Amino acid sequence: MQDHEHLERHQPGFSRRAFLRGSGAAAAATALATGPGVAEADEQKTKVVGPGPTKIKLTVNGKPHDLEVEPRMTLLEALRYKLDLTGAKPVSDDGSSGASTVIIDGKPLSAESTLAIDCVNKKIQTVESLGGSKPDPVAKAFVHQDAMQCGFCTPGFVVAVRHFLDKHPKATEAEIRAGLNGNLCRCGTYANVIMAALEVVKGGK
Amino acid sequence: MAQYSWPKRGTASLIGTEQDRIDGLPKATGMAKYAYDINAPEMLFAKLLGSPHAHCRIKSIDTSAAEKVRGVKAVKTMKEPGNEIRWQGDHIACVAAESEGAAAEGVAAIKVDYELLDVFVNEEDLEAAERAGRAQPLKPDIKTPNEPGDDDDEDEFYNMEFDRLFSEAAVVVEGYYGVPVISHMCLEPHGSTCEWNSDKLLAHLSTQNVSGTASQFGDPLGITADDVTVHCDYIGGGFGSKFAADAWGVIAAQIAKETGRPVKLMLDRDLELKIAGIRPSGFIKVKAGADSEGKVTVWDSRHWGTAGPGAPGNVGHGIIPYVFNPPSIRRQQIPILTDTGPHRAWRAPGHPQACAMSQTAYDDIAAKLGIDSYDVFLRNLPKPSTPEQAHRDEIYRGEMEVAARLMDWKAKWHPHGKGNAKGSIVTGLGMALHTWGGSAHNSTCIIKVHPDGGVETFLGSQDLGPGTRTVIAMVVAETFGLPISAVKVNIGSSRYPASGPSGGSTTVGGVSESNRRGSQDALEQLFALVAKKLQVEPASLEAKKGRIQVQGEPSKGLSWKEACSLLGMKPLEVQGKYERGAEPSPLSSIQVGGVQMAEVAVDRDTGVVKMKKYVAVQDMGLIINRKTAASQIYGAVIMGIAYALFEERIMDPKTGAYVNCETGDYKLARLGDVGEIVVELYEPDSEYKRGVVGLGEPPVISPGAAISNAVANALGVRVPVLPLTPKRVLEALEEGRA
Repeated sequence: MQDHEHLERHQPGFSRRAFLRGSGAAAAATALATGPGVAEADEQKTKVVGPGPTKIKLTVNGKPHDLEVEPRMTLLEALRYKLDLTGAKPVSDDGSSGASTVIIDGKPLSAESTLAIDCVNKKIQTVESLGGSKPDPVAKAFVHQDAMQCGFCTPGFVVAVRHFLDKHPKATEAEIRAGLNGNLCRCGTYANVIMAALEVVKGGK
Repeated sequence: MAQYSWPKRGTASLIGTEQDRIDGLPKATGMAKYAYDINAPEMLFAKLLGSPHAHCRIKSIDTSAAEKVRGVKAVKTMKEPGNEIRWQGDHIACVAAESEGAAAEGVAAIKVDYELLDVFVNEEDLEAAERAGRAQPLKPDIKTPNEPGDDDDEDEFYNMEFDRLFSEAAVVVEGYYGVPVISHMCLEPHGSTCEWNSDKLLAHLSTQNVSGTASQFGDPLGITADDVTVHCDYIGGGFGSKFAADAWGVIAAQIAKETGRPVKLMLDRDLELKIAGIRPSGFIKVKAGADSEGKVTVWDSRHWGTAGPGAPGNVGHGIIPYVFNPPSIRRQQIPILTDTGPHRAWRAPGHPQACAMSQTAYDDIAAKLGIDSYDVFLRNLPKPSTPEQAHRDEIYRGEMEVAARLMDWKAKWHPHGKGNAKGSIVTGLGMALHTWGGSAHNSTCIIKVHPDGGVETFLGSQDLGPGTRTVIAMVVAETFGLPISAVKVNIGSSRYPASGPSGGSTTVGGVSESNRRGSQDALEQLFALVAKKLQVEPASLEAKKGRIQVQGEPSKGLSWKEACSLLGMKPLEVQGKYERGAEPSPLSSIQVGGVQMAEVAVDRDTGVVKMKKYVAVQDMGLIINRKTAASQIYGAVIMGIAYALFEERIMDPKTGAYVNCETGDYKLARLGDVGEIVVELYEPDSEYKRGVVGLGEPPVISPGAAISNAVANALGVRVPVLPLTPKRVLEALEEGRA
């Protein structure tokens, strides 16, 4: 707990509290947008869209995409079903699993609790950007430390670790244990994830 | 036919080494495609309507409003008026639509009238279950050195006999212990993406049973299994709950057929927890007697629990007390029928509960005598009773020594409740041990060696997480003297030769059997061709470092590629087949065990339990991949920490509603909760010689008992029921003070 507070106080770039706040706000937005009375509530301030599909532009991993989404569609659904980027996984609806973690404008957020229409004009980075012919050192460390079993939580974890280490490149084991609690794994790969994160710290990047 | 064998210890180039899993990068970078990830053109999204009530009868179902929802393409009922519902979430209807949102809106628009019936879900309360007529006691199972005579009244005889045995015991403990229901909570929920090509079904199913599910689709759809392909390259967790196509798989295929569009139906999280598998609960009242050194002489217990509404599926009496085998035992199993989702196999069915219900009592004997739990466990090690169990007590003893050294047990040990407190924090040690079969399942593969040197293997197996692909590649590559990267592993399709379902720790044994056999036979055929070419005896050849050569003479040989070119135009195809028989196999074996020790810190003021250190020593016969084997043990321990400290299904006793059925409410261990974990693969020569034995289940068995024992050692008070939440810890402390 002390470590956790230490992280929040001295390294303000990443904070689990902020992460949770972020996804909580998005979850609330989901509830508002899909609940009754949304039109009245929103009418005064912003342009009303929906309930039918609306056209938006999303920038994902540096590439712009034109797509048509229902206003209630989450970013996760848009990524998975409109762009076939299935690395971010649907595990929870409320951001509590971390399996759909993506980086939006430099912040880790749960795509499942973020509306696609809220991501217009934002930079979205998904796990797929950490792969390809030159995989990110975090992805490689996950393989080397075998930080995966079934693998369904792994992409979300890889994104979370990448972001955490970007903010804390010299993280200690205690800081890693305190700072990566937003992702859920059922197979129990945490011990290996800790080793993978440490391997990246020791590797310098 | 080749003489099947593993390389002599110390001579293998791959077997027993640490290898990265070959599908690691696709998994880590999001390229691996799970059933949930299969997107077909024009795909519809389907969702189920689950019953909001635990026990009710359907009076009417009106789908007309749902059909009118924008984007909804199909609404199908799966129950009829008059049907009785026995658990919350049971599937009533299915809606397929253009988007997930539309499908959810459709489901919400279905109107069902229910007649509510009496609900019973509180299986921990045995008396309440008896009053409600939900307890179905089985006949007690009794073993004593003295048996009743023909004229004796059996009950009376045994009552007197047990009274006598307890009066002769130096110490008697009476305990109550329990483990509530938990859900499998697969992160990838159950489900499938189904598509048809004319009259043939392709079902991308999240399954641990690739070779066994096609006919489950075929029968209800009026086709035969030859028109069904089940495909599953990756599965996001199963743990014993994903052997079937399930009603929701079939309805997805049906709607796909009727609409002419592919359909994806993956369970929503709440339904995943409510209906797709639970581990039965176990609660026990024990009276155990021991001699002055803690050797248990007599055991008398009644245990109960629920496996849901149907047949008795709670923990069997045969494994009570767990591992230990005192001379006199009376044990009774009482299944409780509840209006809750039905059980499915959960990693080592029955064993984790049995361990936590009985090795806790053994630890309480140590506490009462004020002696070291280690010594009590040692004195009670079972004598081998079957050929498979031979030397088991020696192996446990060896594992206990290793575990104690890694934990520094002797230095850290203090009698129960007698440790030095630092402020409100007390620490404690606990241990437990476990047993499992783990024999290889039946498995067939086709090994294909191409004339250009390419090597492939095909089998209808699946990788649940242990690194099955990598194990297969290692076995084939080892046999052919090739690097792992030279072997293409094809699994995950019912079109491939049948291999067993992944359950009961049978997969690594099974796929190793078939692939070693197939590649040894294929190599024999290659040896014949090379021997002819080189004018040497086939028996003088070896496959090593990418060459087939005369043993020890690399200059007298051919490269792998040259050797394969001798095949001519056609690839060599060899079937590798393993069928479990009466004869022991030289490649695999049965029966494993392990010893685990936990060190915890407990805050007496807040009731919070923290893991300090955990040691897991595990035997598994011959180890193929040390890296993935260790991962499985780390994972099992962490899963164990979850059910020991955090997770449980919480039911509302009045309505039978599953209260914590969302990810945020169903508490599991997080990364910061697991403490230091030390894994030791126990593989003396005697283990290596036994061949492969499965590993999936055994290491998940001990944590409940080991952690509970550690907390009891720290506090000097038993917290009887898992998970050891702050509330339960504080209640136990309160009761201990009273």
